[in-house]
Amino acid sequence: MADINVISDKKILKPRGPILQKPEVLAPAGNLEKLKFAVRYGADAVYIGGQSLGLRANADNFSFDEMKEATEFAHAHGSKVFVATNIIAHNEDLHQVDDFMRNLQRSGIDAIIVADPALIERTKQAAPDLELHLSTQASTTNWQTVQFWKEEGVSRVVLAREVSIREIREIKKHVDIEIEAFVHGAMCISYSGRCVLSNHFTARDSNRGGCSQSCRWQYDMFEELPQDEAEIEQIGKKALPMFGEQDPQFTMSSKDMCMLGFLPDMIDAGVDSFKIEGRMKSIHYVATVTNQYRRAVDAYCADPDNYKLNPEWMEEIRKASHRSLTTGFFYGMPTEQDQLYGENEDMPEYEFAGLVLDYDAESGIATLQQRNKFSAGDTVEFFGPTLDRFAQTVGEMWNEKDEPITSAPHAMQIVKMRVDRPVAEHDMMRKEKK
Amino acid sequence: MKKPELLCTAANLDELTQVIEAGADAVSIGHERYGLRVAGNFELEDIRRAVKIAHARSAKVYVSVNALFHNDDLKGLPEYLKALEKIGVDAIVFGDTAVVMIARQIGLKLPLHWNAEVLTTNYETMNYWGRKGATRAFVARELNMDAIVEIKENAEVEIQVQVHGMTCIFHSRRNLVTNYEKFKGQEPKTTGMDRKLFITEEKREDLQYPIFEDRNGTHIMSAEDICILEYLDELMDAEIDSFKIEGIMKDTNYNVKVTSIYRRAIDAYAESPDKFRGMVDGLMDELRSIQPSHRELTTGFFFKEQVY
Repeated sequence: MADINVISDKKILKPRGPILQKPEVLAPAGNLEKLKFAVRYGADAVYIGGQSLGLRANADNFSFDEMKEATEFAHAHGSKVFVATNIIAHNEDLHQVDDFMRNLQRSGIDAIIVADPALIERTKQAAPDLELHLSTQASTTNWQTVQFWKEEGVSRVVLAREVSIREIREIKKHVDIEIEAFVHGAMCISYSGRCVLSNHFTARDSNRGGCSQSCRWQYDMFEELPQDEAEIEQIGKKALPMFGEQDPQFTMSSKDMCMLGFLPDMIDAGVDSFKIEGRMKSIHYVATVTNQYRRAVDAYCADPDNYKLNPEWMEEIRKASHRSLTTGFFYGMPTEQDQLYGENEDMPEYEFAGLVLDYDAESGIATLQQRNKFSAGDTVEFFGPTLDRFAQTVGEMWNEKDEPITSAPHAMQIVKMRVDRPVAEHDMMRKEKK
Repeated sequence: MKKPELLCTAANLDELTQVIEAGADAVSIGHERYGLRVAGNFELEDIRRAVKIAHARSAKVYVSVNALFHNDDLKGLPEYLKALEKIGVDAIVFGDTAVVMIARQIGLKLPLHWNAEVLTTNYETMNYWGRKGATRAFVARELNMDAIVEIKENAEVEIQVQVHGMTCIFHSRRNLVTNYEKFKGQEPKTTGMDRKLFITEEKREDLQYPIFEDRNGTHIMSAEDICILEYLDELMDAEIDSFKIEGIMKDTNYNVKVTSIYRRAIDAYAESPDKFRGMVDGLMDELRSIQPSHRELTTGFFFKEQVY
């Protein structure tokens, strides 16, 4: 894997000037509120799930009315909405597809993300205006297959996570089609979809949204010894453990993807959309991660020749991460260093403490909506769509009736507090989780 | 009654000959350069001999070309497919659409069988691949009997069902066993099928899941063997076109006996349901007597409820 802490310092051969066709930053949204944060924090597009045909049975997911509202909001801010309908369908799922797709088309969403050809065929008939994006669940790994789907009317392919940057470049050279790639977040360690561990261990169908993440469980590995009875008696066992007393168990957990440090390589390879994983993730996560990709894409495209990764962006990313990070397959085959064994590292976790509703420049006092408890003396950080992060200690605070308080323990309570620097509506305040 | 085809895998020419003589109508072979989880590697020359042996005994040979191909893997693919056609194999098994594209580009006349394993879960998708050139689809092993019957009723392609053996339950492109050994600071040894590695999970320690690596990555296999022998009549009533016995990671003696047992069961039911019912318990006993003690015979997902 490439070292994500090293800022790539490529020699510029000839000055290029700004990149006019910027790639899209595509963020996840588990519900309407998260969607609004994703859009405000810089997403050009968001992807969501409906009440069925998606792979996140446990996420909040959107009703058609909520989708309509989401789409109106996103469009008003110049962003798009994609709906994940990427189950591998069983017979009984087919009957609901036509109505579902017609409703999606009516709700005004921009595209569906689909993996099963049965859904593609039905959508073409029932809701021909819906744009089709081929899901990563289809494990598309070569240009011939991309060409096939282009001929089938798919406008965008989300490549398998196993594809490298070199291979993306080749695909773009062979086929004129939009390419979307996962750049950030948790990863299947199998080829996405080519895993039925959940079905076997928990009778939950992984490819219809029931994945129980069995790959991240702990396993013991053995070498089978000859089954000869006499030999078993001699050795006293049938199998030889592949681990010592002190060794961590065998597991199949990948570090999380992070390509923030390598966006120039991805943009130069021709990736059209940068996808962030995490429809189940928090508002804090979605806002923080989306915003760093927004900033990096804008900075690079504005002046590719003089672009430098801002170390603060990486610091921000780490505040929203709870696993260490990797570049996956983009620079070649991942090794043991791209996996997690034993106990997870102890990474500081941050949470959403308050949302800025208003700011009075004259007094330097911000009005906040509480999202997690905070108290006088706590160290907090403010950040926002365009606000550069700053830290301060919580000092004087007042409640809605302007009475002094020392702590804000109530969910959604309105708090006024003095802030060290100007803030604005929609900025967020975070603090380290204790 | 039209008998279903009995298809078996073969790890080498000897096993191929023996399973055909034990009653297989067709054999499935291939090479890990192009196919996923083949029982053993057949070079083109071996495939040529396999076809000769099989055709002399009126059996068919299907070659697995169902890997997930990356750009670099595409380079030799047209030549490989042409070579297989020239040799006279009876069908190509595919999982990646690149094979459909290349087959069109080179004007390949061989029948294509669609087998993307866990992804083949409904009849419309199977019919879709039928319209793209497939003549047969392989049903995912995670489906139940009702779903399989419904698929057959609505299918415009031949339907193949695995009736016996191991299934793949996880496929990663990464070298997960090698990575684990390196992580522990050990020099990685061979990690192929021959090493006979397995994993267990703490809540089900008696279940041994075989794990191996090859050039396609890491594969984890089921801890139990599917065995539908007792319910073969239901699948025959449903007019399933092909029954597959998966012989991967089993020895030839076992595979030959299993083939012979299913052969007798199919022939008996085709003759009369009573004859089948009269002998199925005996056939099951015969199967149990050769079954490895640590691998239970189960009906897989044929009668299991799943949630999501």
